[in-house]
Amino acid sequence: MREIKAGAVTGAISNLFNQANYELGEDVLTALKKARQEEESPLGQEVIDTILKNADIASNERIPLCQDCGVAVVFLELGQDAHIVDGDLYTAVNEGVRQAYDEGYLRKSMVARPFSERINTGDNTPAVIHTDIVPGDRLKITVLPKGGGAENMARLGMLLPSAGRRGVVEFVVNAVDEAWSKPCPPVIIGVGIGGTAEKAASLAKHALLRKVGEPSPDSEIADLEREILEKVNNLGIGPMGYGGRITALSVHAESFPTHITSLPVAVNLQCHSARHREIVL
Amino acid sequence: MAKKVKLPLTEETIAELKAGDNVLLSGTLYVARDAAHKRMVEALKRGEPLPFDIKGQTLYYMGPSPAPPGRPIGSAGPTTSTRMDMYTPRLLAEGLKGMIGKGIRSEEVKTATKKHKAVYLAAVGGAGALISKSIIKSDIIAYADLGPEAILRLEVTDLPATVINDIYGGDLYVEGKAKYRK
Ligand code: SF4
Repeated sequence: MREIKAGAVTGAISNLFNQANYELGEDVLTALKKARQEEESPLGQEVIDTILKNADIASNERIPLCQDCGVAVVFLELGQDAHIVDGDLYTAVNEGVRQAYDEGYLRKSMVARPFSERINTGDNTPAVIHTDIVPGDRLKITVLPKGGGAENMARLGMLLPSAGRRGVVEFVVNAVDEAWSKPCPPVIIGVGIGGTAEKAASLAKHALLRKVGEPSPDSEIADLEREILEKVNNLGIGPMGYGGRITALSVHAESFPTHITSLPVAVNLQCHSARHREIVL
Repeated sequence: MAKKVKLPLTEETIAELKAGDNVLLSGTLYVARDAAHKRMVEALKRGEPLPFDIKGQTLYYMGPSPAPPGRPIGSAGPTTSTRMDMYTPRLLAEGLKGMIGKGIRSEEVKTATKKHKAVYLAAVGGAGALISKSIIKSDIIAYADLGPEAILRLEVTDLPATVINDIYGGDLYVEGKAKYRK
């Protein structure tokens, strides 16, 4: 049994949300630079230049990349031989979020009573926490501040099994086409296929954590990702929807076995401000 | 090359703006989001005046991150305009001339924009750090109790934006997508 102090979790969460909101990851920057080369539309090229310049300003002058500093989504992979001491895990996570958003001049966007009063909780808590218990004695923390514009374009479809691969491709491409300019393209497309309704949705979100442009290790899925990317980039939406070749930087799909009667497909769009950071304690 | 445009917009300037034009805006504009829109339209319905004279003015749909010490504002990029759509035609009827946000507008808004000879522009979503550099002053002028959704007056210099809907019926989102669709 290895002990991990709750305070260390709080500190890590706070640092990660700060880093994520001020510095775009290398993988995203590389993908954007590649997209800049491939984009044919002059307005689209200018948009990508603006996004790259924004990333420079954000990190050099300490201004958040985007004013929407997101819902605090946190993925925890907790080793079964790790023991959290001096406090409870979720309180520690939320305390980290509170510190990051308060002290880091990040916008607090969470509202309680979502269908009625919509009162701002004041510190961007609670975090949306996904926990997996895994072998080992470590705690892997990944944070994903998720903007509303892109999250609002998420879709879930319970397809007929007979729809098959074609049905999946069509569903995802349509979701991106309908989202159009709203999720701040170029986007990263998270796709969850199989399981149950909530499993597919969570796979789609989890898929966004993969390095941008890295194909799935499963060759059948990698092939599907390529086809979806090609079709999406033929939609013409382009950077910020001004028209162009690059509507998406990358498609990341994850799959899980499903019921004999089901073919759930979930789509979760990530805007170009693809902010995520991780650490292992 | 981006056109330099002075705010508030004049009829002549608006007539020169075409969908797809890049502009750099300088002057005064107002910031309002959903909650402020709702309150403004409710005030109008009760026959009360708006908290500022909206005639000829430009609204920026934006909710900034907190200003750190020594800066007028935090990150300050556009928010999705759709949420304002149900209130916009009423404000256009009051004389609103310019809107800056991101994303497609409803048919009602597009029709009203054309009818009232106004213009809809987009700023690059997710470029809040860059955009904040062109904001030199920010003051809360109304609905302070709405906190981050209060109405602000901004002084801006060379704020970058792109014309989406012009007075001639041009629509960059529709035209851009059609042009590059395969
Ligand atoms: S979708 Fe992303 S880039 Fe666009 S405003 Fe929201 S958080 Fe920012």
